[in-house]
Amino acid sequence: MTDFSSLSLHEAVEGLRAKSFSAVELAQAAVAAAEAAQGPLNCFTSIDGDRALEMARASDGRLARGEGGALEGVPVAIKDLFAVRGVETTASSNILKGFKPEYESTVTQNLWDAGAVYFAKTAMDEFAMGSSNETAATGPVVNPWRAKGSAAKLTPGGSSGGSAAALAAGISYGATGTDTGGSIRQPAAFAGLVGVKPTYGRCSRWGVVAFASSLDHPGPFAKTVKDAALLTQVMSGHDPKDSTSLPGPVPDFAAAADRPIKGLRIGIPKEYRVDGMPGEIETLWREGAKWLEEQGAEIVDISLPMTQYALPAYYIIAPAEASSNLARYDGMRFGARVEGADLTETYEKTRAAGFGKEVQRRILIGTYVLSAGYYDAYYLKALKVRRRIYEDFTAAFETVDAILTPATPSAAFEIGSKAKADPIEMYLNDIFTVTANIAGIPAMSVPAGLDKDGLPLGLQVIAPALDEETMFAVAGALERAAGFTAKAEKWW
Amino acid sequence: MPVTPDDVRRIARLARIAEPADRIDALTGELNGILKWVELLDEVDVKDVEPMSTAVQTPLPLRDDAVTDGGVRDAILKNAPKAEEGFFVVPKSVE
Repeated sequence: MTDFSSLSLHEAVEGLRAKSFSAVELAQAAVAAAEAAQGPLNCFTSIDGDRALEMARASDGRLARGEGGALEGVPVAIKDLFAVRGVETTASSNILKGFKPEYESTVTQNLWDAGAVYFAKTAMDEFAMGSSNETAATGPVVNPWRAKGSAAKLTPGGSSGGSAAALAAGISYGATGTDTGGSIRQPAAFAGLVGVKPTYGRCSRWGVVAFASSLDHPGPFAKTVKDAALLTQVMSGHDPKDSTSLPGPVPDFAAAADRPIKGLRIGIPKEYRVDGMPGEIETLWREGAKWLEEQGAEIVDISLPMTQYALPAYYIIAPAEASSNLARYDGMRFGARVEGADLTETYEKTRAAGFGKEVQRRILIGTYVLSAGYYDAYYLKALKVRRRIYEDFTAAFETVDAILTPATPSAAFEIGSKAKADPIEMYLNDIFTVTANIAGIPAMSVPAGLDKDGLPLGLQVIAPALDEETMFAVAGALERAAGFTAKAEKWW
Repeated sequence: MPVTPDDVRRIARLARIAEPADRIDALTGELNGILKWVELLDEVDVKDVEPMSTAVQTPLPLRDDAVTDGGVRDAILKNAPKAEEGFFVVPKSVE
């Protein structure tokens, strides 16, 4: 059998159209690779070889007739937060163990309509609450990347860590994720991948297990900018089932990835230089700006003075919304139930047994900041700060077309290394990514280099609302200049 | 305004999570740590700033008040922890 692991999504699509290989071969390879990697990487919550084969056969039929969509016959891994009809969907939580939705999320339906093949669900931090995949009920996911000369297990980041690991391991050609504070961009940076958080409302949230509804953004992981642009395009579109879904047509994102960037003004925000950030990240950031300048962009120093307040505001708003969203897990209509002496005790026992530690902590914080007497001091205040952060970006985009920042304040760290620490230390991982969630504007991370230990580092491109095309153009320019071709060396 | 162990018990009750007896002290510390950290927001001038609850700039869409779905009782009950004869079975809640 051919080695498919190094193919990009576009190469897989072209190979299928040229009949160099069949969708069945590609699906069988993905399933075999997934099964072989599951022990060491623990990146899947379930693998479904039968469904993969069935969908791949149908794709081969369409390809034989010269038909087929933009992703016809290509396996795409799905984060376990997306409802896939008849497939266990748990958000990596015990409270949803055994839950098999009778409906399909809009984003996954869009993927299947374009011909993508389902083969597996990927593990994640429980209810997407985490930055290291250590809060998953199924245990931590392991990053295929390792530091040079070390066998220590690294995190693939989180919360969409399973998707990142599956793609970095060459098992899949694309993957879905969700990004509430950085849950696509941070794992993408930790695993040498491209990760996209589109404008809020671009990808429907219908059928996606809710964490913090005003901050949740579905989006893709891919190996290249062009692949990521195509996946974003397929996953996007107006959905009447999500009242916050953006109306109007979806632009040709894949074409935008090749667009020249001559004349674009790129902002470098001084507030993204933080204490304790490794010098290598600072250097890479400067190098990224130089790459864009060499391609004709103009580099402009800008200020986003509210940046340092984004994470504290997020840790009020997100838990508040989560405590309300997660009220539905009461053991009555779906999910696990632990019987108590009466209704209240049944609720309490069900939720204490079903939710993990981090999820309980966030529900408690959210309940507190929404409770009588504290609502104005915390929640309302955070919503006002949210507007100030949004206004920072509005002002910046009057003078620049896009913003360049580092994606993360560090490379991938060891599993367990922050376990004993204060929860805030883990939260700080999202320091560069969370601002775009607060403002609802598109942002993506692009692999740009390796650190001294041989681990990938990413740069982030942020663009104004609805202008993913400029974001993909800038990301494409970074990709061309960086020439990032490194892969995780296979040990699993 | 520091959170006390009693506050944590009260919040847990509001959130309908059985009191995590062995973790009350740890949780009190963690919650206070997080609440202390978010006090950073007090530095921000928010006078006359409208709260922003969503990044959506367009008004919520309206649709025709028409039935678009339904007749899927069995599908809805399929994931119930307990169901009988087309109904959810839940603990008694009315005396």
